[in-house]
Order: sequence, then structure tokens, then C-alpha cells
Amino acid sequence: MEKILEIKNIEKYYGNKTNLTKAIDNISFQVQKGEFVGIMGASGSGKTTLLNCISTIDKVTSGYILVDGEEITKLKGNALNRFRREKLGFIFQDFNLLDTLTCFENIALALTIQKVHSQEIEKRVEEIAEKLEIKDILKKYPYEVSGGQKQRVAAARAIVTNPKLVLADEPTGALDSKSARQLLESFEFLNQNLKATILMVTHDAFTASYANRILFIKDGKIFNELIKGKDTRKDFFEKIIEVQTLLGGDLSDVI
Amino acid sequence: MLFKLAFKNMAKSIKDYSIYFLTLVLGVAIFYMFNSLDSQQAMLEVSKSTREIIELMIRILSIVSVFVAVVLGLLIVYANNFLINRRKKEFGIYMTLGMGRRQISKIILIETIFIGIISLLVGLILGIFASQLMSVFVAKMFEADMTSFEFVFSKAACIETCIYFAVMYLAVILFNAFTVSRYRLIRLINANKHNEKIKMRNPFWAVIVFLFGSIILGYAYYIVTKQTETLRDLPDVLRPILMGIIGTLAVFWSLSGFFLLVIQKMKNIYLKGTNLFVLRQINHKINTTVISMSVICIMLFMTITILSSSLAMHNSMQQNLLSLSPVDINIIKRAYLKETGDIIYDKEVLEDSKLPIMETLKNHGFEENTLKDVVEIPIYEIEGLNFGKFLGNQQEHFEERYTFLAYGEHEEVIKISDYNRVARLYGKEEYNLKENEYIVLCNYQNIAYIRNQVLSSGNTLTIAEKEYVPKYSECKDGFLEISNSRMNTGIIIVPDSCNLQQEMISEFFLAANYNTDNDKEKIEEMLDGAGDDIIKQLREQGINIRTSTKISLADSSVGISSIVIFIAIYLGIIFLIASSVILALKQLTDSSDNKQRYIILRKIGCDEKMINRTLFKQIGIFFGLPLLFAIIHSIFGIQFALIVLEGLTNTEELLPSIIVTIILMGFIYGSYFLATYLGSKNIIKKEE
Repeated sequence: MEKILEIKNIEKYYGNKTNLTKAIDNISFQVQKGEFVGIMGASGSGKTTLLNCISTIDKVTSGYILVDGEEITKLKGNALNRFRREKLGFIFQDFNLLDTLTCFENIALALTIQKVHSQEIEKRVEEIAEKLEIKDILKKYPYEVSGGQKQRVAAARAIVTNPKLVLADEPTGALDSKSARQLLESFEFLNQNLKATILMVTHDAFTASYANRILFIKDGKIFNELIKGKDTRKDFFEKIIEVQTLLGGDLSDVI
Repeated sequence: MLFKLAFKNMAKSIKDYSIYFLTLVLGVAIFYMFNSLDSQQAMLEVSKSTREIIELMIRILSIVSVFVAVVLGLLIVYANNFLINRRKKEFGIYMTLGMGRRQISKIILIETIFIGIISLLVGLILGIFASQLMSVFVAKMFEADMTSFEFVFSKAACIETCIYFAVMYLAVILFNAFTVSRYRLIRLINANKHNEKIKMRNPFWAVIVFLFGSIILGYAYYIVTKQTETLRDLPDVLRPILMGIIGTLAVFWSLSGFFLLVIQKMKNIYLKGTNLFVLRQINHKINTTVISMSVICIMLFMTITILSSSLAMHNSMQQNLLSLSPVDINIIKRAYLKETGDIIYDKEVLEDSKLPIMETLKNHGFEENTLKDVVEIPIYEIEGLNFGKFLGNQQEHFEERYTFLAYGEHEEVIKISDYNRVARLYGKEEYNLKENEYIVLCNYQNIAYIRNQVLSSGNTLTIAEKEYVPKYSECKDGFLEISNSRMNTGIIIVPDSCNLQQEMISEFFLAANYNTDNDKEKIEEMLDGAGDDIIKQLREQGINIRTSTKISLADSSVGISSIVIFIAIYLGIIFLIASSVILALKQLTDSSDNKQRYIILRKIGCDEKMINRTLFKQIGIFFGLPLLFAIIHSIFGIQFALIVLEGLTNTEELLPSIIVTIILMGFIYGSYFLATYLGSKNIIKKEE
């Protein structure tokens, strides 16, 4: 299996000598091509910091992050921007579609800023739209389509550039349960049918249950790891809840 | 504590304040500049008659200043309102922390006073330096001696500026207090969250309306440039103006939709970089700001046209003077006075009115050799022959159309040989006439237009019981009395054989040059009727005599055009600032609304360079579009202004004034563009 993401002993400190906070404390893990990995943890556990470091929004204090074999912690300026544009795709808590653009334009924008040739843009947008079954709404504006369709447009935008890794930050955070289910189903579709590698950060057990593998983070360290394997999603969900209870911390804090 | 808070806030939002500050500084500087004109050095070095004109100009300027102050005051309140709105959330937080409205008002008060004082100081310093520059310009215009340069500071203008702006700041303070008193905490906290309705227009309508607007504009352009002879009265002139306004509105309403449609077809441009985003942004915004864009476009158009045509007018008035004032002096005296009804003259005056001008002058001790090249001719008036009569059977038609003309005014009649003597002296074309022909001399184009219609129909005139036909089917360009603009409304030239009686002489007309090489001013003083000279003495005796001199014409020509030019520049700059401010604030308001969109762009992988370029393009197009259309309007508007100003200008003269206009506009408009770009960049940059 090809290694898409390799994280080696990364640490991230905030603050100064007298008051040091270790947001990430020596984390290492790998993501293989085609995996759907979930990262779980309570708020303040360091999971968003981790995602920010991978997406190069933030810099690590020490350690290495390799994406597709490329060491990214030392990238700067244009090289960094190019890396973000070409290797990564993002899906956000709220879909972050531009309300003034049509669905077609929203998807195409991800390609135009990569300076892809105009004829190829149309072809690729049509292709991905067909796969995600949103071809007939391409000419519409986001406010004219349903929530589920909006989410698929956002997913199309993330995947249309053929990124090595799709990063999702609390993708269901702002959704009602029906819309959340729809979004997760399209994640599953991206992962299984389009072979997209997805790294998803969430604190919600149901959302996490769609992943193949889950890393639990607590106080900046990897606390546990769950692999779905042959389990049904229901079993997997129950396992997640178990770990979450264990991890909760809340209980021991109460005592 | 409040002080500290106020200063920290200002330091923090210094970029938000830039537009406000720029407007205040420019306003103060311009206000000072134009109100300090009287104490400028150039003004102290000019001749007496010019000095009077300048005093008139300063009076007019001070009236205009009141209007300017009102415009600036409104702008400042508007700009201030924008700032206060930007900070609603901040005030909301203070209120949740328990701060009262009075304390918030106090913070704003401290800020307003502080920024007011700084901008007043900076503006005055800028104004003082700029007025030194303007002094050079003024000197050139009034041909003043500027060999010894002195730094001038006008205390009066400074105090005036301070008072006016103090009043404006007071208005701002009151307005703010009122705004704060109406704050509701929940609205302040949620100030940043409001839903904007997206309105999209059917592209089909965009195309139709765009075509409609273009056609209307095209037709208006055609009328004002190619069909000017049809524009003879107010409704005629108003029609293309109205069409221009409607056309501009229609074009702005549909422009973005139309171009979106066109550019979408051009995939290479459409699907390149962030172009499609820029296009949509503009489309979206123009849709919501049609009215303000059109107003700005029309204001810019007025600025360009007023500035460049008034500058050109000044230049061409100088040139007109040369061709319309070929001799140093004209003296005109009423002749053969008739006592009718209540009008009774002294016996001496009655006797004198039968004498030619030169005789009268000599009788009062004037030395004949003071003048040279003297030509004196009689001008006749015939009972019953007035302008209305001249129009013959078309009189009613014209009276209906042009109600304001003096149809009862007597026509002036002169003999051909008399005219030719004057023409020879003036270096103009001489004419000859058959026994039954007449010629009309006229250089005032609007009247010439009416007369030409009569002449071309072969209008027969009865003069002294004999019928005459026109020799030419149009008026001939010419004049008797020297002037600084084309003011001759018509003189009829008849053959010498015409039976004109002595009693018909209404005026004696004398044209001459001063018999001197270098000291024309000295002779001028003897004859201009301003001081204690012979003309004044004659008038005091009741003799109806007047003079036109080349020197006084030159002075008043300079004066008139300078008054026009100063007021035009003053108002032009204010209009320009007003439109720039509105445009800039509109953009900044939009930028805060659009912050979310730029955050998304950043999230999907646009780097800062790309974001900045996108923003630059967007604001550039927003500033550029009204300017572009204003320039197109102006190309035609200036041509029309030239026609209205009636031969005052010729086109080559326009180029330098257009260049000056562009530099002036570039400076002010450009500053606002830059301030807007930097301000917007700052707004979208802030990441929580």
C-alpha cells in the first residue's frame, strides 16, 4: 500500500518557557492510500491543531509531516501554496460555497485557481458532477438547491482537483442529522468509488462511525486506535462509544 | 480610561479611518485654498480693474463656499456613519460589560474631536502649501508680476475654515449621539450577522436593457454633436440630458449581466484564475448599486466636462480678444436725441448730439493727435424697422418658439462705404452692394441661426421707402464694436444710395488706435471713463457717450473666464471628492459584507497574492466603470459645451486643459481608490 500521509513525532507548543502548553505531544501515525481515517477527541484535545498542521495552516514545533513522500514542514511561500492547492482538498463544517456563484462555478473555481486549462475544466467538472449526481443542478445557485445537494457540490469541489488527501474539519458540526447522514454518505462514496483518501476530524461518534479507522486524541497524545475491519457500522459505533467513555476524562475529573 | 480606550481604538482601526481622514484633510485644504485667494500675493500685484473683478470673484466664491460646506458636511456625516456602523459590535461588547450609552457617546466624542483636530491641522498645512502653488497659477491667469515670491498665510481664511469645520464636526457629534441613543444591545451583538438577499436577473433582460441603453445613449450623443442646430431652446437641450441619464441607468442596470453573458462564452478568460469570482462579485454588486453607480458616473462626467471646458474657455477667450478687438478704442455717442413725452434734455446736450464724436471731444479740450487711424461713422435707426419686422412673415413662428428675444429692438443700419472704412481699419473683408441689396453682419451664432432662416427665404426689407433683397442667403461674420466674445446680434448694411436722413442717425461710432508706442495705459486713463477724465466729464454734463477699450475688454475677459474657472475647479473638485467618497465607502461596506467570501477563497487554496489581485481587480473595475462611462459621456459632452459656449473655444485648445483635468482627477480619484483598496484588504485580512 502507498503511504499518503506519514506523521513522525510531531510536537506543537504554545506559549513561553514559564507557561508552556503542549497542544500536540509527540504524535506519529500513517495514512495509506484509499483510507478513511477519523480523528476523535474532546474540544481542546489538539485534534484541530493536528489538522491545521497537516493542512500547513499552522507550523509544527518539531517532527516531520510527509504528504505523498514530500516533507511539508519546511515548505515556504509559493511552494507551500502550490502544495495546498494541488495535494489537498478541504471540506468544511459549513459547506463554504460562494453564494454568488453557480454550482458549476463553485466547483470550477477550485480548478481555475490551479491554472488548469479551460477546456479541461469543463470536462472534469462534468465528470465529477455526473458521479455525484448533481449534473442537473450545475447551473443553479446554492440558494436554489437542497442541503444535501449543496453538500455534494462542496464534496465535488474538494475532490475535483484529484487531491492526494481530503481533509474534513467537523464536517457535520453545523448540520441536522438528516443532512449529516447525506454528507457522510457522499464521503463514503468518495472514499469507496473514487478512491479518495480522507482524513476527518470530529467529536461526534456517529460521524466517526463512517470511517474505516479512528484515532483518539487526548491532551495532545494518541490515546487509542480503532479499526472497523469487518464490523458493521452499528458495532463500530458501539465500540467508539466505549472508547469515548473511557477517554471521556470527564468522569475521572469529577472524582 | 475612556481616553485610553478611544486612542487605542483609533490606533487599531487606523486603516478604516483612512477614507474619513482623507476626506476631512482634502476638504479642509480645498476650503482654505479657495478662501485664501484674496490675500495671495498674485492678487496684490494686479491692475486696479482686475482687482475689482477679483473682489467680485471672491464674493461669489464665498457664496459657493457655503454650498461646498453643506456638501462636505453631508459627506463627513456619511463617512462617519460608515465608521460607526463598522464598530457596532465593539460598542455592543462595551455595553455587555456594563458601559452606558453616555460613556460610549463620550468615547466617540473624544475620537471625533481628536481626529477633527488632527485633520484640521494636516488639512491647513496642506492647504497653505497648495495655495502657494495655486498662487503661481493665479498669477499666470491674471498676468500678475510674480518676480518676488513671498510665502503667504491668510489668517482670515484659516479662521473661516476652522469655524466651518467646527460646525461640521458638531453636526457629526450630534449625529453620533443620536445614533448611539438608539442602539439596542441585541442588534449590536448580532450586527455582523445579517442575511443578504441574492437577486439574480434574467440574462435575457440584461441583453435587451443593455441594447436599449446603448441605443438611447448613442442617439443622445448623435443629437448633441451632429444635430446641434436643432437644440435651440431649453426643452430641446433637456431631452438629450434626460436621455443620457436614462441611458446611463439602463446601461449600469444591465452592464454586468450583459458582460457576464459575453465573457461566459469566452472560456479562456472566464475560466482563468479568479476571474469568474470577480465577474460574479461585480455582477452581484452592480445589481444592488445601480443608482449610486449612475449618480457617480454623472458626477464624474460633470467634473470632467466642467473642468476641461472651463479651462479651454479661458484659453480661447484670450484668442477671441485678439480677433474681436482689432483696435484700441471705440467711442459711441447717442445722436440726434429726440424729446418725447417726459424725456427732456438740456439745450446744450441736444445741440451736441448733432455733432460727430471727434467734434465733441475737441470742443472739450481733447487733443486730436492723441488718437490715430480715426474712423467715424453714423449708425441709423429707422422707425418701425425692428427685429420682429426683420423676420417678416416668420415673426410669429419665431415668437412662439423663442419667447425671450427682444423683437421690438430697433435694427442698426449702416451704409456700405462707412462699413468698408471700418473694415479696412479692422483688417476685415470689404463688401460691395447693388442698388437693391442688403447684407446682415452678425457673429452671435444663435441669432445668426434665426436670421439665416429668414435670409435664405429671400426676405425683402423696406428701408426708407425702398425695397431691398438680401445679397447673401446667410449672415456675414463681422462686427462694428470691439468685444471679447461674439456678441454682435446683427447690423444691416445698405447701399450708399439708400435714402437715409440725418435725423435717423441714432449713434455716432468712432474706432481708433492710441497714438503711442509704449504708453497705452496713459491714454487709456484719459478715455476709459473710470477716473476723472474727459468721458466722465461729458457724462456729467448729460451727454450719452461711452467707450469700449481693448485694455478693459482684456481685463474683463480675463476676469470673467477666471471667475468661471475658479468656481468650476472648486465645484469640480468637490464633486469629485463627493463621488469618490461615496464609491469608496460603498466598496468598504461591501468588503465587510464580502469578508466571508474571501475567507472561503482563502480556504479553497487561494494564496494572499491571488486574493489581493482579485480584490484589486474587483475594486479597480468598480472605480473604473463609472469613470470609463463618464469619459465616454465627456467626449460628447465637451463637444456640446463648446457649441453652447458659442465659438468661445476651439478643439486644439482642449488638449492641455484635458491633461490638467486628468492629472487633477487622477490624483484625487486615485487617492480614494488606493485608500479603498488598502482599507478593503485590511477588512478581508482580519482573521478571527
